[in-house]
Amino acid sequence: MNLAEILDTLNASVLTDKVTLQKSVENAYCADLMSDVLSFSTTKSILVTGLTNAQVIRTAEMAAIEMIVFVQGKRPDSQTIRLAEEKQIPLLVTDLSMFEACGKLYERGLRSKLHRHNQTPTIKCQAKSH
Amino acid sequence: MTNTEEGVFFLTGKDFTNAGAASSSLKGILERRGVPPDIIRRMAIAAFEAELNVIIYAVAGMMKYRVTDTEIFVTVQDMGQGIPDIELAMTEGYSTATDHIREMGFGSGMGLPNIKKSTDNLAINSVMGEGTTLEFFIRIRSGGTEQA
Repeated sequence: MNLAEILDTLNASVLTDKVTLQKSVENAYCADLMSDVLSFSTTKSILVTGLTNAQVIRTAEMAAIEMIVFVQGKRPDSQTIRLAEEKQIPLLVTDLSMFEACGKLYERGLRSKLHRHNQTPTIKCQAKSH
Repeated sequence: MTNTEEGVFFLTGKDFTNAGAASSSLKGILERRGVPPDIIRRMAIAAFEAELNVIIYAVAGMMKYRVTDTEIFVTVQDMGQGIPDIELAMTEGYSTATDHIREMGFGSGMGLPNIKKSTDNLAINSVMGEGTTLEFFIRIRSGGTEQA
């Protein structure tokens, strides 16, 4: 799904300037918890979130998220938008609720794949399995 | 032929404005070296989680990196309170973060487990009242890495 189709689907607008809009995604991930984005998101994803601080941009950068859409008309401050421009991550905003935004993207075929590494790392401290 | 590159970034506790700057720089170095994107993503995530831990919990710290043609090694050392029970801290969902940290979207108790998950090896050494050292590495050419 390309960015133009997402804008249309969510009736969204673009907040960033000088960032390429020639991007497309195959997956979507929705969270206000950036810890979860770092643990479970996949590449080629759009992030749907209600959180608008600079850490969202940093998280997207590290997790190689393609674009971010803020829900319920929430807008980040100009410093956060500048960081996204620097990192070439398009920021979108929609007035839809998180539920509605995710529902519309799902309807258009986007899905969340849970990301799990299939390796077994060797560690000195064993995590509890549960 | 080996082409080794190393360096260090200094981290300041509670400096949330710059949280992620060190990991971002490391990511840039790996990109410039032409490291495969899936490897870069795993290392960026692990480094960012470790950097956040220092900023959230410690007074100060540093992130040292060494990149060779075959591996990326990162050591994150902090002057902090130390981890009283590492096994507990490795449990997904266990967190001692404050509400302030959670409002920023972090502190859900996934940090250390995610570093373990994202890397090929993680070692944790913590001394109460002195600080914590994380050492982790990712093999660049290991084979068998899943496509993200």
